[in-house]
Amino acid sequence: MMLRIKELQALIDGKAILKGFDLHVRKGEIHAIMGPNGAGKSTLARVLSGDPTYEVAGGEILFEEQSIVELSPEERSHLGLFMSFQYPVEIPGIGNLQFLHAAHSAQCKAKGQSPLSEAEFDAFLSEKMQLVDVACGFKSRGLNVGFSGGEKKRNEILQMAVLEPKLAILDETDSGLDIDAMRIVAKGVNSLMGPDNALILITHYQRLLDYIRPDFVHVVKEGKIVASGGPELALALEEKGYDWL
Amino acid sequence: MSTDTLLKERANYKYGFVTSIETDTLPKGLSEETVRAISAKKNEPAFLLEFRLKAYAKFQQMQEPKWANLRYPPIDYQEICYYSAPKKKQSLESLDEVDPEILKTFERLGIPLDEQKRLANVAVDVVFDSVSLGTTFQKTLKEAGVVLCPISEAIHLYPELIEKYLGSVVPAGDNFFAALNSAVFSDGSFVYIPKGVRAPIELSTYFRINDKQSGQFERTLIIAEEDSYVSYLEGCTAPAFDNNQLHAAVVELIALDRAEIKYATVQNWYSGHPETGVGGIFNFVTKRGRCQGYRSKITWSQVEAGAAITWKYPSCILQGDESVGEFYSVALTSGKMQADTGTKMIHLGKNTRSTIVSKGISADCSHNTYRGLVKMGPRAEGARNYTQCDSMLVGNQCSANTFPCIEVAHETGQIEHEASTSKMNEEQLFYLQARGIAREDAINLIVSGFCKDVIRELPLEFAVEAQKLLALKLENSVG
Repeated sequence: MMLRIKELQALIDGKAILKGFDLHVRKGEIHAIMGPNGAGKSTLARVLSGDPTYEVAGGEILFEEQSIVELSPEERSHLGLFMSFQYPVEIPGIGNLQFLHAAHSAQCKAKGQSPLSEAEFDAFLSEKMQLVDVACGFKSRGLNVGFSGGEKKRNEILQMAVLEPKLAILDETDSGLDIDAMRIVAKGVNSLMGPDNALILITHYQRLLDYIRPDFVHVVKEGKIVASGGPELALALEEKGYDWL
Repeated sequence: MSTDTLLKERANYKYGFVTSIETDTLPKGLSEETVRAISAKKNEPAFLLEFRLKAYAKFQQMQEPKWANLRYPPIDYQEICYYSAPKKKQSLESLDEVDPEILKTFERLGIPLDEQKRLANVAVDVVFDSVSLGTTFQKTLKEAGVVLCPISEAIHLYPELIEKYLGSVVPAGDNFFAALNSAVFSDGSFVYIPKGVRAPIELSTYFRINDKQSGQFERTLIIAEEDSYVSYLEGCTAPAFDNNQLHAAVVELIALDRAEIKYATVQNWYSGHPETGVGGIFNFVTKRGRCQGYRSKITWSQVEAGAAITWKYPSCILQGDESVGEFYSVALTSGKMQADTGTKMIHLGKNTRSTIVSKGISADCSHNTYRGLVKMGPRAEGARNYTQCDSMLVGNQCSANTFPCIEVAHETGQIEHEASTSKMNEEQLFYLQARGIAREDAINLIVSGFCKDVIRELPLEFAVEAQKLLALKLENSVG
């Protein structure tokens, strides 16, 4: 089992958002998590990644059978967890290349490998950039500074390609993307999926699932999963809305 | 980490230790007698005693300036000791004869002075409390004809240069603190670069306040003759005491035709207890350079990361035609620190150019002010200035202010001013951490990204140190 979430309860500013959340994810699986605004979908992504603004008040998160609740965000990342941010932040003064190299080097060090030299990493990055179809100028730009919404999301997938996580959580990666950009992002994500990886897709809409086929669809309402099923569940939701459940 | 341990670590200023040595100290208090006693201890020529006495007379008629955006308790000038020196034999042949306790002090500060371990490619002059202890790399300097020595020695070795230039850029009565310094300065560095010479290595002075009651009043004078070049760096630390100590320095730079002076400062005085604000250095400094010659150039770069109070405006008088003045500054305040710092660019000559890049970082409950003046005189045809003034806030209890002043008296003057304010926040750190970058490294990345235009102006040997210092000061301020 790659990820086992048991009875998870999470608070922000004392307010309960996740109220007994359960989810099991195995290697090779793609899980879609859908649900209305405010249901706790993004909270799930952030709690899994270790955002310190959320408090875990109960339950367990086991990643490859190891509890990660007490781990820092960087430690979770080193274990192979990755979250694509819904709103990637802009950090002026840091070049994209410099940032990606720093992140990749940190991963190497955590695994006891020696980091790639700048030139080696540059070549490695160029290869990955083809996956998400980004232009060469990407490397020298400031981290997300002045990026369009689509560019920011592609940059997230580029980071995923560079870091090669075991489990990726994509938090509304489709929001704000036009259909072409969504295809590119989906193509990138699909090419990164293999029998040893897993994916959690958080989305409002069925349309992303036309491009990335989930094995399971879960509906979250008021901080817990209220319905689970196969891809057909997403289609039913599209037709009938969340109130149907 | 609990708040207690956190605060303990914060208060744990790495350079806060005291060295116990025997000192030769004047009693506390300031009077004409004090001024005469200092001059006598240094066996000074008459012109210098006269310079001091005139300055003291001016000082007595002046008021402490109150216009800065700073709040601090009144300074009792009679409670300060104006001269403290390690006891030593008559004169030292080499640094090996310095009190071993003091050598250890500098070793702990990361400034090894003995011949085997000294900093590569940097000649260091060290000033401990009131006196200079000696200079490394004397031979290399001598061969090039470059002079780097304590100003107290220069007074005897090069009296005509001292008489000609001391007080020529910052007159004794320039301001309250400059007048005080002119009256009681005890030591500092003197640098002379002869015509056509490029200083073969970096020159540096390391200032250390050790004594609890002492003020430090150093005086630095750098003269770059025609077609010469020098890069100079000063560093400063002090023990963590619970009283405030006064540091009132004066630095004067003179660049003749086509000469270039680069002056860098990494200031890390003790900044007081981060939570209570008790103790710390009051840093009132007057730094000014005169680009006297045609096409001369002066660059100030500074990383101001310490001191409880900083009041400091390194300036350039652009007198020679086509002369260039530059100011690159990072001022970081955390805890209860307050900084009011910036620059003045006074354009007098034709086609003079100046660049100002100021980066202010305020964290915790600190206050950080940029204050700048760009002035173009009636003869400054074709003068240009570019100013970039950025502030970064860390947390929501700090403040950042900018007070830029512009006065242009010639119609061809061109001035550009850019400014921004940003906030380092948890989300940025979380983003970097979520990619596997450790929290300290994440802070380092953000800060060095913010400051890179300034850091790259520092001598290579110190750029890395300066970045580490900034990251260290901010480590516990975020979140």
